[in-house]
Amino acid sequence: MNKIYNKIESIIGNVITVKASGVRYNELAQINTRFGKSLAQVNKIDGDTVSLQVFAGCQGVSTGDEVRFLGHEMRVSFSENLLGRIFNGSGEPIDKGPALNENMKPIGGPSVNPTKRILANRMLRTNIPMIDMFNTLVVSQKLPIFSISGEPYNQLLARIAVQAEADVIVLGGMGLKYDDFLYFKDELSRGGALSKTVMFIHTASDPTVECMMIPDMALAVAEQFALLNKDVLVLLTDMTNFADALKEIAIIQEQVPSNRGYPGDLYSQLAARYEKAVDFADSGSVTVLAVTTMPGDDVTHPVPDNTGYITEGQYYLKGGRIEPFGSLSRLKQNVNSKTRKDHRALMDGMIRLYAAYKETLEKKNMGFSISRWDEKLLKYGELFEKKLMDLSVNLSLEESLDLGWKILSECFTKEETGIRSDITDEFWPKN
Amino acid sequence: MSENRGKVVSINGNLVSVEFSGNVSMNEICYVKVDNTSLKSEVIRIRGNIAQIQVYEMTGGIKCGDVVEFTGDMLSAQLGPGLLGQIYDGLQNPLPVLAEKAGWFLERGNYADGLSGEKKWEFTPVAKVGDTLRAGDYIGTVPEYAFTHKIFLPFYLNGKYTLKSIAQKGEYTVKDTVAVITDERGRDIPLTMSFNWPVKRAIKCYSERLAPVETMETKIRLIDSIFPVAKGGTYCIPGPFGAGKTVLQHTTSKYADVDIVIIAACGERAGEVVETLTEFPKLTDPKTGRSLMERTIIICNTSSMPVASREASIYTSVTLAEYYRQMGLHVLLLADSTSRWAQALREMSGRLEEIPGEEAFPAYLESYIASFYERAGYVRLSDGSKGSITIGGTVSPAGGNFEEPVTQATLKVVGAFHGLSRERSDARKYPAIDPLISWSKYKGVIDRKKTEYYKNIIHYGSEIASMMKVIGEEGITLEDFIAYLKSEMLDAVYLQQNSFDPIDANCGTLRQRYVTDKLIHVLGSRYDLDSKDDARAFFNRMRQKFIDWNYTEFQSEAFVKAEAEIDKLYEERGGRLEKAAERLLKDGE
Repeated sequence: MNKIYNKIESIIGNVITVKASGVRYNELAQINTRFGKSLAQVNKIDGDTVSLQVFAGCQGVSTGDEVRFLGHEMRVSFSENLLGRIFNGSGEPIDKGPALNENMKPIGGPSVNPTKRILANRMLRTNIPMIDMFNTLVVSQKLPIFSISGEPYNQLLARIAVQAEADVIVLGGMGLKYDDFLYFKDELSRGGALSKTVMFIHTASDPTVECMMIPDMALAVAEQFALLNKDVLVLLTDMTNFADALKEIAIIQEQVPSNRGYPGDLYSQLAARYEKAVDFADSGSVTVLAVTTMPGDDVTHPVPDNTGYITEGQYYLKGGRIEPFGSLSRLKQNVNSKTRKDHRALMDGMIRLYAAYKETLEKKNMGFSISRWDEKLLKYGELFEKKLMDLSVNLSLEESLDLGWKILSECFTKEETGIRSDITDEFWPKN
Repeated sequence: MSENRGKVVSINGNLVSVEFSGNVSMNEICYVKVDNTSLKSEVIRIRGNIAQIQVYEMTGGIKCGDVVEFTGDMLSAQLGPGLLGQIYDGLQNPLPVLAEKAGWFLERGNYADGLSGEKKWEFTPVAKVGDTLRAGDYIGTVPEYAFTHKIFLPFYLNGKYTLKSIAQKGEYTVKDTVAVITDERGRDIPLTMSFNWPVKRAIKCYSERLAPVETMETKIRLIDSIFPVAKGGTYCIPGPFGAGKTVLQHTTSKYADVDIVIIAACGERAGEVVETLTEFPKLTDPKTGRSLMERTIIICNTSSMPVASREASIYTSVTLAEYYRQMGLHVLLLADSTSRWAQALREMSGRLEEIPGEEAFPAYLESYIASFYERAGYVRLSDGSKGSITIGGTVSPAGGNFEEPVTQATLKVVGAFHGLSRERSDARKYPAIDPLISWSKYKGVIDRKKTEYYKNIIHYGSEIASMMKVIGEEGITLEDFIAYLKSEMLDAVYLQQNSFDPIDANCGTLRQRYVTDKLIHVLGSRYDLDSKDDARAFFNRMRQKFIDWNYTEFQSEAFVKAEAEIDKLYEERGGRLEKAAERLLKDGE
């Protein structure tokens, strides 16, 4: 028996309070407003005063609207039927398909026992050389894509979704522009990946509270698939919008802000989501790639800063390319010794030479004289940027390594590369 | 057991207010009954008949009117044989046991004893019937891996006690009674091999605290020679993300010259704990020749576990450290990261609606940090033996800016500061401890004057480097350029160290002294160099020879050979020792 209350005491921002008893913390309620039904979640109880955040926002909510408590927390339906479907932050379908109500699972569940995890040791191929070759993505890794607004991060994410070697893709969109949403849908169906994808989409025009639910929904579904022995890749875009939604709700509820208005628990909130990345002993895995836009290209902004402390490296997207210097995959050591013998040596050698190219470029721009060695470096740098760094390049790891050797041989002699001679002897292109 | 109960009246995040009628004490543990589980909580504020408690678990599903049972005890750690090699969460629940009970996930309300009640230990009595005993005296011993684990009279007992009976040598569990003592009023108290101690109180059963003077070797050259840490001392490692804090802690935990290492993974990544768990059992402790895991305790409260127990994890780990110190052992506590602990305090303070201090951290942040680091120390115990706790904490300052409150509060109380810099880590110079900003008040493994000599080279070199940025290489004299090359070489061959190479990562005191003398000889000499290009080529070759030398095993054949190479190159270019370096080398002997 669920009691119905029809006296809302206060409405502030997206939060309402009602007088009610026997209500549980985090319980869901349904509100019937003149614009339709909306879910709301209890986020504070003080005696018989219950505060709820309303998913659809409070515009038009009247003090006389009906509030019905549902007796359970936020849940998401889980089954194979999810594949190919699109939902909003309340878990309702937005693809005109039927609603799913079977096998409801709670979201935001407890964290995995560390003794049940295994050391990440499998490479996740994406066929993007700047990832596979230089900063290998590893199964169960959590990595953000740091980017400024305007960079093609959603295009990158869509490509990874289409090309990555994963059994299931879960896409969580937060504050997505509607055309970006359409872009994802088109790209995935064109690439034939839609049938292994579940999407949870919050567009920029949807209510803020729903934005906060997206990562939890996406990760809860991913975790369930992983327990069925699937390798799941979760793509989230954009986590800065998620953090901003947290900030909005925190300030409405009069929490003391800590840094630039963000709540003091921003780190814990982000970590609770990212830490869902896991490689289960004897079962599947969850890998998380999340776009974090950096306001003003400032990596010390609280969102990228806190994210950097949580994640295992970052991809730094700048000028339409994954920058080799700012980017780092902390787990690449675990896998790149087992791919191909020349992988590590070539990776280090090419990056070292690219760094030298950058210095030469600076020298050239300052108008200093250019030596023959500098000319070689300039040629190398251009080839490297065009043939490997460009985001449209689509090559398997082995092809990229071969191409790497080819570029080197076009610019330098074996000795000039500084790569160990037993490796160059074996892999240096003949003729 | 007190039958004290209350009921929930409000819920805000993990802060729950409880109305009670009997007596409740501050920091008392209580359990919130929800459905069929009990959620562990701690009283953190009392006002009239309302107690505010922080719940160590997720609070979803709690409702007003739910029953809360008060236990009368404070948050305690269970002390006794069997702690070594364990992996605990912040409340001392052994994680492997929880995994057996609940599977993949850390289900809330699932608790287990810190020590196994079934395992039997070989007890050897030491005290005799009729002996007068005080808290902190030991009545017997059990072997625990390579250590002699002392069985103490519980630290909370006040006054004098007489031993009435003691068990014979034999095998007992931690729950069996092994002795009975009588207090001054004639009451009998049975003792087992374990007892509880409230984690937020320091254990003070020692005769006196001594100054930390003995260097704790970490085998990291930059630390041991230049910014050393003493046994019983404290140090902090602040640094931006990606600067290598955790790798540095990890290396230290492997090679540090101490008996026991306690790793408090506080609010950090679970993957790093998994790495330690996978790696340590396979490594050997050079001191005992046994598995490294047998000298290690891991307290792990990763970032996604509930925040309140993150705060507790720091106290639990330092309590376990104090317990082993009482046995006359040298313990190293590595806390990664204290900023996450401070953030946990901030979250709670916000919920309590306290007036915020800087960056919303609570006003008591400094005193909490100070009292945590003050639990380190070098002590003489009542039986004359000495033990120590060294605390090394990482700090994760927001934006890598050391001006923030946690770094500043920490710097006030520690004895050494190892500041990591983004510039060094970007240049792949590891360990990324910045020699220009770091400091230490302790004595290192090499002569203090030699340390000063090194520091002068580094500072002078950095001055010239900044000058060169403005006026270019051609704007400075050959002499200054050579000084700059010398500082670069010192950095490359001595300050930088490869923590993934088993030989280079493990650079002992004797080797550091030996290499230092050679290095001062080379850096303190003049050479026949006629141009900058010539100088650069020479120092590049010299650097390469030193690096090769670093990778050879100390005093091995290869070591002697590599050293001869250095001497040869030195002779070739007419090296002549300068007066200052000559004096320094003579003094040191």
